[in-house]
Amino acid sequence: MHSKFPNRVMPYILLIPSITVIVIFFLIPTIRSIYQSFFRVSPFGDRRIFVGFGNFSRLFNSPSYVDSLIRTLIFAGSVVVIGLIFCVIVAALLNQRLRGMTIYRTFFIWTYAISPAIAGTVWALMFNPATGPVVYLVKLLTGKAINWMNDGNLALAIVIIAAVWKMMGYNIIFYLAGLQAVPNELLEAAAIDGANGIKRFVKVTLPLLSPMTFFLLIMNMLYAFFEVFGLIDIMTKGGPGNATEILVYKLYRDGFIAIDIGFASAQSVVLFIFVTILTVLQFRYTQQKVFYG
Amino acid sequence: MKTYKKQKIQVYTVLTILTLVVMFPIYYAFVMATLNSTESYSYPPRFIPSSHLFENMKQAWKNAGMGRLMFNSAFTATVVAVAKICFSIFAAFAFTYFGDFRGKYLFFGLILITHMLPLPVRLLPTYDMMKTFGWVNTYYALTIPFFASATGTLLFRQLFLTVPSSLADAARIDGAGPMRFLWHILVPLSKTNMGALFLIEFNYIWNEYLWPLVITTTKEMRVVQIGIKILLASEAQAADWNIIMAGTIMAMLPPLAMLLIFQKTFMEGFSMKEEK
Repeated sequence: MHSKFPNRVMPYILLIPSITVIVIFFLIPTIRSIYQSFFRVSPFGDRRIFVGFGNFSRLFNSPSYVDSLIRTLIFAGSVVVIGLIFCVIVAALLNQRLRGMTIYRTFFIWTYAISPAIAGTVWALMFNPATGPVVYLVKLLTGKAINWMNDGNLALAIVIIAAVWKMMGYNIIFYLAGLQAVPNELLEAAAIDGANGIKRFVKVTLPLLSPMTFFLLIMNMLYAFFEVFGLIDIMTKGGPGNATEILVYKLYRDGFIAIDIGFASAQSVVLFIFVTILTVLQFRYTQQKVFYG
Repeated sequence: MKTYKKQKIQVYTVLTILTLVVMFPIYYAFVMATLNSTESYSYPPRFIPSSHLFENMKQAWKNAGMGRLMFNSAFTATVVAVAKICFSIFAAFAFTYFGDFRGKYLFFGLILITHMLPLPVRLLPTYDMMKTFGWVNTYYALTIPFFASATGTLLFRQLFLTVPSSLADAARIDGAGPMRFLWHILVPLSKTNMGALFLIEFNYIWNEYLWPLVITTTKEMRVVQIGIKILLASEAQAADWNIIMAGTIMAMLPPLAMLLIFQKTFMEGFSMKEEK
């Protein structure tokens, strides 16, 4: 242990600010969320009726919730897989000791500073059915007029593209940091053994990066589950139909628009269980490398 | 040597193509922001900037009340970032320099647990609480719930653990109390990390969307991210993309400028965090 100041009161005083905020704004609301998930508000809004796990069975018997859950998993899975594969390759290229790489780096990391809402706006413009450049390009190449306002799968795909694009900066920053830690001698040894660039990347770099990949996998999952709200709200509002209504968006709709508190609280609890699993995995397998951006 | 040169060209080619693809949306957003309304609807789309950028910005500024929104975002982001730095330095100091005081691990656990509780998980009860406090549409609601930081606490704790213990011994022998030691020794040592954390948190709050959306309803309290929604919604039938993009560019400029200017500090902060 570190050398200490023999002061018994000071540490508590120092911790008061953080702990107060955590208890009031994190702990109590979470407990109330769990508590409320066992109740239902009477139709007149004047009484709470205890319903046990009623809200939860309603949840998993509700086709729209199950549907939203599946969509969320497809969305999150795609964001993670596409994002990580793309970013690890770009980071490896950016990590070459070549002139001008700092400038290239800047081109790839800046989306870190873009908000999901802004990413959504920009991509909504790109795919704007009337004059969007991508729509124009597709029309030019295939003769087909694509319109994501009435094509659910396309809408989901576009939301995924926008979400990956926004997260690209974050992923590349972390992969670059991870690549700094790959010892050069190993790569040189592999080169002497006759391994070419791609082989070195697959056999040496990728395995050494796997802790970072795991960390980013979790961060990207959390991002895809929780932080893309703004992107969805700006781009699709969950539509067309319910094609892009991921869990957070449904929670918001049920809680704030439909005001079905018990039902929404049960959704919060499911999300909470999900985050808990991810966090535990993260602590188990990454030696406390927990860093949010 | 020849293959080396060939590889180099390949790397540059691939990177250049990818850069163009990745940058195109933002380039196009910029072009859109410079067009007048006829040009913005031309088909095929126009890819060369025109000259109406400032006009459009003025229009967006007026339509969404951008001045107030920008101020609100800048103010809340700065307050939260500074408070997070202070709170987490205090907490990290408590965890590293006072031995095993009672409840230490409980408190440490509590701080880490904030990672497990993203806003959506506690959205409704937190909102109810704000109503009880009378904090709806106030700066209190936009800032105070964000003050605790697990990231910051871990970051500074990591750093403080690497500070040689002889420094603290010397300070104590000289009769300096813990707060003087913190202020005169640890704080100056933490400058890079403080800078990096400020960037991260400023960026995070500036870009936050869900919380301001539910907790503010008046024009005076809205933040810039919601401004984009306002711009989009105000043009219900036919979106004025040139005005929207002018507003969007204003909304993304401050954190982007900070990132680009302080890129080095920022990257150092990140790699520091990665060390252990």
